Amino acid sequence: MATERTAVRRKKVPNGMRIGLFIPCYVDMVFPEVGIATLELLERLDLEVGYPLGQTCCGQPMSNSGDVVNAAEVERLFVQNFKEFDCIVGPAGSCVKQVRLHFDSIEQTDAVQHVRQHTYELVEFLHDIVKVRDFPWAEFPHSVGLHNSCSSIRGLGLAKPSEAMGPPYNKTADLLAQVKGLVLVPLDRPDDCCGFGGTFSVTDPAVSAQMGIEKVRDHLRHGAEYIASPDMSCLMHQQGIARRAGLDIKFIHVAQILNGGPFQ
Amino acid sequence: MSRKQPIDVAARAEVFIRQDHIHEPMHDGFLWAARQRRDAEAAAVPEWEELRELGSQIKEHALTHLDEYLTQFEANATKRGAQVHWARDAAEHNEIVYAILQDRGVTALIKSKSMLQEECGMPAFLERRGIKVTESDLGERIQQLDGQPPSHIVFPAIHKTRKDVAQLFARTIGTDPHNDDPHVLTEAMRNNARPRFLAAGAGMTGANFAVAETGTFVVCTNEGNADIGASVPPLHIASIGIEKIIPRVEDLGVFLRLLARSGAGSPLTQYSSHFTGPRKGGELHIVLVDNGRSQRLGMADFWHSLKCIRCGACMNTCPAYRRGGGLAYGATYSGPIGVILDPTFDDYKYSELPFHSTLCGSCSAVCPVKIDISDQIYKWRRVMANKGYLSLAKRLSFAIAGHVFTHPEEYQALQKAAAPALDHAPRFLLYNRTLNPWGREREIPQLAKQTFREWYLAHRRAHGNQNTES
Amino acid sequence: METRTLSRDSILAAIRQNLPQQRVDRPRIPAFPSPDRPLRSRFEERLTKAGATAHTVGSPAEAAATVTALYPSAKVVCSAVPEVTGTRRAEDIHDPHELADVDVGVMRAQFGVAESGAVWLTQEDLIVNALAFLSQHLIVLLDPHEIVSDMHEAYRRVRLGDTAYGCFVMGPSATADIEATLVHGAQGPRSLHVFFLPRP
Repeated sequence: MATERTAVRRKKVPNGMRIGLFIPCYVDMVFPEVGIATLELLERLDLEVGYPLGQTCCGQPMSNSGDVVNAAEVERLFVQNFKEFDCIVGPAGSCVKQVRLHFDSIEQTDAVQHVRQHTYELVEFLHDIVKVRDFPWAEFPHSVGLHNSCSSIRGLGLAKPSEAMGPPYNKTADLLAQVKGLVLVPLDRPDDCCGFGGTFSVTDPAVSAQMGIEKVRDHLRHGAEYIASPDMSCLMHQQGIARRAGLDIKFIHVAQILNGGPFQ
Repeated sequence: MSRKQPIDVAARAEVFIRQDHIHEPMHDGFLWAARQRRDAEAAAVPEWEELRELGSQIKEHALTHLDEYLTQFEANATKRGAQVHWARDAAEHNEIVYAILQDRGVTALIKSKSMLQEECGMPAFLERRGIKVTESDLGERIQQLDGQPPSHIVFPAIHKTRKDVAQLFARTIGTDPHNDDPHVLTEAMRNNARPRFLAAGAGMTGANFAVAETGTFVVCTNEGNADIGASVPPLHIASIGIEKIIPRVEDLGVFLRLLARSGAGSPLTQYSSHFTGPRKGGELHIVLVDNGRSQRLGMADFWHSLKCIRCGACMNTCPAYRRGGGLAYGATYSGPIGVILDPTFDDYKYSELPFHSTLCGSCSAVCPVKIDISDQIYKWRRVMANKGYLSLAKRLSFAIAGHVFTHPEEYQALQKAAAPALDHAPRFLLYNRTLNPWGREREIPQLAKQTFREWYLAHRRAHGNQNTES
Repeated sequence: METRTLSRDSILAAIRQNLPQQRVDRPRIPAFPSPDRPLRSRFEERLTKAGATAHTVGSPAEAAATVTALYPSAKVVCSAVPEVTGTRRAEDIHDPHELADVDVGVMRAQFGVAESGAVWLTQEDLIVNALAFLSQHLIVLLDPHEIVSDMHEAYRRVRLGDTAYGCFVMGPSATADIEATLVHGAQGPRSLHVFFLPRP
């Protein structure tokens, strides 16, 4: 499928900036359309994107379980794969948070620090670095509930968390507001955790499921046809719960919306 | 350190959720409402975030100069006529309290909320020695009558329905089991407790803050029960953890503005009582308690937990706590603050607690003194893993996952292998390597027919895009 | 005695050994701007929210009459203030247990706090501390000019070193321990009325 290189507004990205595409393992194996959308989107913006074939995982499952030893090797491999890029971009809030905030099982060499400081989640990359302000090729005439993942808002600052006082902001909502026809629905609990939490979903299954079903119900109560997020891992959990409960609601990554596809 | 089984917090949380469709939704609803009231009150204070920063810094200053402020507090309290005692641990605290009571011939006492006294197991200790102990706080009394510890530090019986309380009161204090009106139940408790206040030989309290500058300690309640206990019996004993010390009176302005807003969504509690020496015609004893606090001070990753002002905000916001309840933790302190404190009392017994969290970070965001609770939870996981407290299944799975993710060719081979979906990704999620944990509650996600990597190789390599060979 | 000193020394030694490397300085607490609304109306709004009622009273006689009007069946009115005589004087109380049958307790607060609707009452104001807690109902006299904006100001006014007991009282005794339902009159007073009456 050839990508049309649509001309867009000039970006403030330095010429020749090389971007390493970071595709989390579950995106690679379960939601490749999210990776495709991310790559195509970056290419639409005339960015030079490389995809290291040797990448595997950010190490979060081990790291979040306290298993520093097994996490360390994986972190080293990540740095090895990505150190030659100016920026690393991944469509995954929790994985990017892992790299920026928790890659501390390994020695903090220059390469490690470079990778940690220059790994971005897709929304913040588009919003803050490239400063894209419109997506003329995108249309999504649906009611959408935005899932603000905990990693993205409390870890990466993609939106003001509801606990904090101050002027509200939401980078994902800003981008989605540029998509024709898309209607964002309000929620009762916009940033109460959905219960995925990585290994938590299997170590604490009852609590995880209760959190998940209530999250999905919140979206349904407000008429969302789709739940969208910069974090597919949360959506994978919510989707599993929704399907088990026979609830009619669809799940989509913001990259797919902003790129105009692929839609499954 | 006990070698019995660790507290299985996940299983206990599940029991709370599954008991019916009433308890968990009620519990979650009430606590989320408290969280929302906190948000509303905080929003009405323009300097809210600045207050949090001040509260954090004052506490850090006090803790990094703790010996100076403790001795200053002792000197000023003594000057005002209080008798100050020092207890190294729970046993010594209980012995000191008992000695004072025995010396005064006290056979019945009434107490207000004190997590420290709970931590020391004081009520049971005194009961065994023939001293009758009555909890005066309604929620604590409910739990005392039911033989349960408090489930929340501000709302001790928030996990119970009014029907639960009505039936409990009918069993224990002879009220009508069919009348579950909270007003009627509260009135019944008022009439049951009042004679005990009047007959008690001593009143005991805890303290939210202890001010070095004047030797004052502060107790905040909504019922005024601490005040009755302090103003009616001739003897007042206060148990105070050494970490409660703050330097000056003006610091109270910061903490009082933060405390009730954070934990209950109210600008203050109904009563904020300041005790400086004994009241007219009374006697005051203060027991300063260590019980592991000085040791915690020396833990580089965890000493910030000593800043805690026991507001309860972290419990109100924590989704795992709201859903699974406070009794699931099996400890004096529950919720996020419990997760980071309890392992210092018994790391094996509480080794599962740090995993009863999604690391969502909401607790850190609401903490009025900016304790990095979520980060400490994460660090406790490393401690547990290093000590080998992770179950064998967990350790094996992570060793395998670690190996596979370090060897890309094996990772890619895994993708190609014609194994059932279960044995594949999300294999790294299924640390038990069985379908059960994920599939118990959810449908399994489908593996894509073509991975992203395969798509990339098919569609981009051909166009000469850059990539790195492994 | 020996054991006591040993414990004290042991604890202090343990603390000194474990003090964190970084010594954090004491921060300066700045002066925060007050909301641009009259103190009295802020105070009344908050007081009402906390479950108390405010009355404007023109004279001591009116105060006494209002007490009777509010609690016509009260048998024991114990007063710590000259403005209201009551049926019993707080000065005559020797033991707090004597207050067990008090229906209405009358006292004067030193000042109020606008941001919460709380009033500051000390042992000197109460004469017997238990008056504020054993009474079934409370009447608190308050000079409407004695209202401060927030707790920072409040703590500049209190003299904690000079009194054995002081309490910020914000409304009647309350609990929400049973299904988060607000109930007044948990253990302490069932109601609180603030009478705005300047000091004599």
